[in-house]
Amino acid sequence: MKVDKTKIKEIIKTMKIPRETELKIERDKDYRKDLASKMSAQNRNKIPRLRMPQQEPEDRRTNFNEVNYGITPDIAQQEARRCLDCKKPYCVAGCPVGIDIPSFIKLIDKGDFLAAAQKLRETNALPAICGRVCPQEEQCEMVCTTGLSTGSPVAIGHLERFAADFERNAGNILIPSLPAPTGKKIGVIGAGPAGLTAAGSLALMGHSVAIFEALHIPGGVLAYGIPEFRLPKSVLAAEVEYVMNLGVEIVTNFIVGKTATLDDLRAEGYEAFFVGTGAGLPSFMNVEGENLNGIMSSNEYLTRVNLMKAYLFPEYDTPISAGRNVAVIGGGNTAMDAVRTAKRLGAERSMIVYRRSREEMPAREEEIAHAEEEGIEFLLLTLPKRFIADENGWVRAMECVKMKLGDPDSSGRRKPIQIEGSEFILDVDLVINAIGTSPNPLIPQTVPDLRVNKWGAIVVEEETKMTNIPGVFAGGDIVRGGSTVILAMGDAKQAAESIHKYLMR
Amino acid sequence: MIRGQKFKIIKKRMLNPQTGIFVISAPYIAKKHNPGHFIILRVNETGERIPLTIADSDPEQGTITIVVQGIGKTTTMLNSLQAGEDILDIVGPLGNSTHIENYGTVLIIGGGVGTAEAYPIAKGMKAAGNKVIGIIGARTQDLVIFEEEMANVCDEIFITTDDGSYGHKGFVSDILKDMIQKKTKIDLVVAVGPVPMMKVVCGITKEVNIHTLVSLNPIMMDGTGMCGGCRVTVGSEGKFVCVDGPEFDGHKVDFDLLVKRQRMYVNEEKRSLNVFKEHKCKVSP
Repeated sequence: MKVDKTKIKEIIKTMKIPRETELKIERDKDYRKDLASKMSAQNRNKIPRLRMPQQEPEDRRTNFNEVNYGITPDIAQQEARRCLDCKKPYCVAGCPVGIDIPSFIKLIDKGDFLAAAQKLRETNALPAICGRVCPQEEQCEMVCTTGLSTGSPVAIGHLERFAADFERNAGNILIPSLPAPTGKKIGVIGAGPAGLTAAGSLALMGHSVAIFEALHIPGGVLAYGIPEFRLPKSVLAAEVEYVMNLGVEIVTNFIVGKTATLDDLRAEGYEAFFVGTGAGLPSFMNVEGENLNGIMSSNEYLTRVNLMKAYLFPEYDTPISAGRNVAVIGGGNTAMDAVRTAKRLGAERSMIVYRRSREEMPAREEEIAHAEEEGIEFLLLTLPKRFIADENGWVRAMECVKMKLGDPDSSGRRKPIQIEGSEFILDVDLVINAIGTSPNPLIPQTVPDLRVNKWGAIVVEEETKMTNIPGVFAGGDIVRGGSTVILAMGDAKQAAESIHKYLMR
Repeated sequence: MIRGQKFKIIKKRMLNPQTGIFVISAPYIAKKHNPGHFIILRVNETGERIPLTIADSDPEQGTITIVVQGIGKTTTMLNSLQAGEDILDIVGPLGNSTHIENYGTVLIIGGGVGTAEAYPIAKGMKAAGNKVIGIIGARTQDLVIFEEEMANVCDEIFITTDDGSYGHKGFVSDILKDMIQKKTKIDLVVAVGPVPMMKVVCGITKEVNIHTLVSLNPIMMDGTGMCGGCRVTVGSEGKFVCVDGPEFDGHKVDFDLLVKRQRMYVNEEKRSLNVFKEHKCKVSP
């Protein structure tokens, strides 16, 4: 989704830059002044934005290796020079976790890549992940001054990834010195982006933290949802290891509410909790034939492939039906992940079926572009109406209807309207439903007093992220419904600060 | 660090050539287990996640009991494990437990390995003051399991085998029909076993309007509602067996759909089992 310049300028006017004094102290350091004096803003603006080198589409659609290769130190430094080191760094305000963006970029400019990575880790425990999956174009990069004047913002996300990768590849992830233990025990529920962030932040404040994870490995959506070609599992593993090196303990195969309740854990000495259990339940469309074989949620499809490694069947035991004509319903990042996975598993036709137009797609532009390059077909303004079975109960086709766009609806996007008589039959043998998810019900089910809204999302106090139960905080998709990794992390950071205040009061 | 829980097999024996019974150390799960609950396990690093009903538990000893019928690769591999070995991952207890109260007379029907899953329900119903009648069905005498356990908690017990090698020759439904004909008072039926059995039982009880619960075991992966692979149609609604079940009003379940969905990966499952068997032959001549 593109936002126009005037709108961005209005957004900027309302922005408050966090930790301004702290940022200013960094900015006033000699190395920053030196770097600033080396080149005029005009000349900085003349440097073209870097192009992320990537695997050729013909190659990558047959493998699961990462699409983006990453950048060299030279390119990173050149890109860093594009940053004007603004007095008012709106990029920091645009970042949900408030990373000191100019500082880490200028450390790259200076050539001190490890220091850049450490600067990132001061505010973000998972920079190698954020550098890959954050929608920077709607956040830091959207409000970048260079972007507003030249049309191409500084590639903040690519630089973040560069610094974090450099640090990891150097085998030199520095563990910051931890304060004296506070003696407080905190339970974090769910080892996804929110849980890992909350745990990391709390550990840095001297608390003893255990994360309870339902699945057999940590990572949450980063492990089961986001494919290897976008976020290699080795990168995730290194970030999880970093969090554990801060002293955080991760307990796998443990479903809070089932294996033990919050009260049981309180009895074990946990004094506060952060709930980051994510958007669990996949939504279905409730149309005829939706339970046929060969129709599944994107959660199931991606979990089979990513978490259970079904693409290595029968070496791994979890099967998957590869599909020759695969339709993925939806237009978000998850839909792109699923449709590109299907292509890599050998589908002849791998199709996005979306009821609005390309313009309204919620997926990141980069993901849509990557999908297009890989030969994904886009059936836009198209709505599935029913699924048709073969004699064995497998889906063999779906009936679709063409749509047109009407006036904007409550989401601000133009509302799709069916065009009567435009029905057509599409041959498919695998359908992946990526229309969204709703919050996981397990915690609310087992904590009867916990307040949830009518969609089952946990209700929290906006500022503190505390639920109606004292000492129980929540953030990420369990509060927001389906959202992004970075917003979950932002919630978690805020919650960690509140938990600290709550425990140390 | 990762605090892994150790799921050690404390005791194991084969109830018959196909069916193993395992007592496994799982202290947290043992404490929370109630009749109707299940677990999801993964045998090893390359394993799949499969659901299995908890047949019994001992909160003091910190153990749970599961009964495994070797059908596909994972269950065959499980049955090859011995006491002292570990199972890599077990998570639970999952699902909603059986609603246990004093209904009056409860008829518990267990088919095949389902008998082990029906047993904790029978035990719970008995403890709640019900008169409990049990019917155990199996293809042949060797496959009758949990007879003694069931006999201990049932006021009356009937056994059927398809081939007549033990007990009544025929099906559990024969006994059920007979009871209904004789106007035996039954307030609730709980049926656990193969889908065709549960379907037949529900067909019979629907006609005479006896409330019937069935416990479903579709293909499942995470067991927390995340994947939706276990979805079934109950009445006109889509339900997730893992978080909405596993027990449902049997008169409303679309069993035909369930059977089809259970067979979704039947070819892959065969292939996986064959690869496993070939490999096993090579390593242990």
